[in-house]
Amino acid sequence: MNWQHITTVYLKELKDSLRDRRTILSMIVIPTLVMPLLIFGVGAVMTRVIKAARDEASPIVILGGADSPGVVAALKADKRFRIVAPGGDYQQLVSEKKIRLAVEIPEGFEAALQAGPAKTVTLYHYEGEMKSGLGVSAVERFFRDLREKTIAQRLTAHGLPADVVQPFEVKRQNIAPPEKVGGNLIGGLIPYIIIILCFTGAMYPAIDLTAGEKERGTMETLLCSPVHRVNIVLGKFLMVMTASIATMCLTLLSTGVSFAIGGSFFAGGTKTVAVGPAAAEATRAAAGVMPSIDPLGIFGVFAMIAPVAMFFAALLLTIALFAKSYKEAQSYVSPLIIVVIMPAMLGMLPGIELTAKTALIPILNLSLVCKEMLSGVWHWHYIALIFGSTCVYAAVAIALCVRMFNREDVMFRA
Amino acid sequence: MIEAHHLTKTFKDKKRGLITAVDNVSFTCRPGQIYGLLGANGAGKTTTLRMLATLLQPTSGTATMAGHDVATAGVQVRAHVGFLAASTALYGRLTAREMIAYFGQLNGLGEAAIQARIAQLADELDMHEFLDRRCDKFSTGMKQKTSIARTLIHDPAVMIFDEPTLGLDVMTARTIVRFVRECRDRGKTVIYSTHVMSEVEKLCDVIGIIHGGKLVAEGTLAGLQARYGQQDMEEIFVQAVGGEAAVAEALKN
Repeated sequence: MNWQHITTVYLKELKDSLRDRRTILSMIVIPTLVMPLLIFGVGAVMTRVIKAARDEASPIVILGGADSPGVVAALKADKRFRIVAPGGDYQQLVSEKKIRLAVEIPEGFEAALQAGPAKTVTLYHYEGEMKSGLGVSAVERFFRDLREKTIAQRLTAHGLPADVVQPFEVKRQNIAPPEKVGGNLIGGLIPYIIIILCFTGAMYPAIDLTAGEKERGTMETLLCSPVHRVNIVLGKFLMVMTASIATMCLTLLSTGVSFAIGGSFFAGGTKTVAVGPAAAEATRAAAGVMPSIDPLGIFGVFAMIAPVAMFFAALLLTIALFAKSYKEAQSYVSPLIIVVIMPAMLGMLPGIELTAKTALIPILNLSLVCKEMLSGVWHWHYIALIFGSTCVYAAVAIALCVRMFNREDVMFRA
Repeated sequence: MIEAHHLTKTFKDKKRGLITAVDNVSFTCRPGQIYGLLGANGAGKTTTLRMLATLLQPTSGTATMAGHDVATAGVQVRAHVGFLAASTALYGRLTAREMIAYFGQLNGLGEAAIQARIAQLADELDMHEFLDRRCDKFSTGMKQKTSIARTLIHDPAVMIFDEPTLGLDVMTARTIVRFVRECRDRGKTVIYSTHVMSEVEKLCDVIGIIHGGKLVAEGTLAGLQARYGQQDMEEIFVQAVGGEAAVAEALKN
């Protein structure tokens, strides 16, 4: 290994990549813009659409209710509902989303409210459709209020106190510290995002520095120089890793800033997620039990991601090197995203916990340990095992890459 | 000095099986001499030169370049060799100066030495006008001049030119040919592959005719003319490889 050669190759690749529009786009522009766009663009639109759907009076059809004029009048008077005349097939109206639901009031409903047997109100709705769901909630609230009012009237008529039907209360009290709440709520999501970014950030430079060079004919020029191939590989590898980490850092930074601004933008000054030590402190001070993330956990995540970035960089270089052209390399590398996403997603599922076995599964182990660290839980033996095993995987991937660089059939594939 | 002894290179091909691209090729090229490797497309010229430049490992046989063995001392060989081929392109996003300096650094030269050498090469090759422009905007001639400067930055003792005039206009090709001759005049060992007969006639001190991976004839221009009883290089070539039918067959394969 010759560090002077490695540095020379690395600095040249860095300069070259920073002049490449595709790399700039994938390494700097997209990571910086994607989160603000998601939060302020998609997020704002979604918030507005949902708010509009909630505020809008639910169009409903009342079926029956001829002998329950009081209930029908109360429904008509309620501003949450807009009663549609029951013309045509109500099932079709619901499935065509012309009305949110149909409310069937059984015969003799109002009479039964006085003392008769309990009757059933049926709500015909569209399962899974958001507006129908909102309508159902509003109608259920209406009838719940009516039921409680009826119970209160019956109790009063019998001269009984209200707590006859409510002998005790159940109260929930959170005892988990805000870091743990935050760690559990979003701790699974953060490593998942970081893993994907690490991978996508490394993708384009890895292709450009290998298959791209072969396609442009510069690989042979480089191989003519009196530099050992291991130094060429390491120089290129460091560049790909730089891109991977730069992508991740820029995204985290822009996400943190977007959440900090976006949180107050959408919630009127209340933040639910805070990234970074200062933000976490501010959140804790301002919100008391608001979920936050252990700031030390963030540093832990960064430390653990380093060998994974190494692993991705070496793996992508090896695979892309095999291709003759940029396009061919893209077709090899793109499906790998799924392979990376799968274990990262598994880490978010409940029940999959950190064990000696899962600690050895690449990507999944990182996802699991990051979740723990962000909750403020530090399993040092697992952390050491994961760091060590990922370093071994990365070293194997680099060795494989050097081996590929020394293979004539790969370097001079016709 | 280039000394090749029984160089052989075989490749495995899924469809065609084992292919012998270079078959038992031996030759010597001394300093101050241009050795012309003449052959049709696919004759084995590029594979031979890639073995000499240590880009490919010989399957059998040996070669020494400036005293270093290509099989065991690849780095030393490359430090004494300048390799220029149609397949050795430039980094389009670097300027000509950055490109040449990069290879100077890879050859272990200091910054001052690199800049002095770039200035000298730019004078010799008339490159000053485009020295600080990006290579992807260059004409073919500018590219070829930059490539020559890149191969010469470390002042190698041995120069390998693999069809350097391929696709160039007449004027640029003449500049290249003149430059190859100057390399010889400065005492460098030069090996020059081509399929252009006139270039061989004008330029080469020793001519080796390669066909089907084998070196089928070798000698000076005068020696080959006497041996085949022909003055024209093209006629000599066709006779050496076994007639027009053999050339056509080789091109078909």
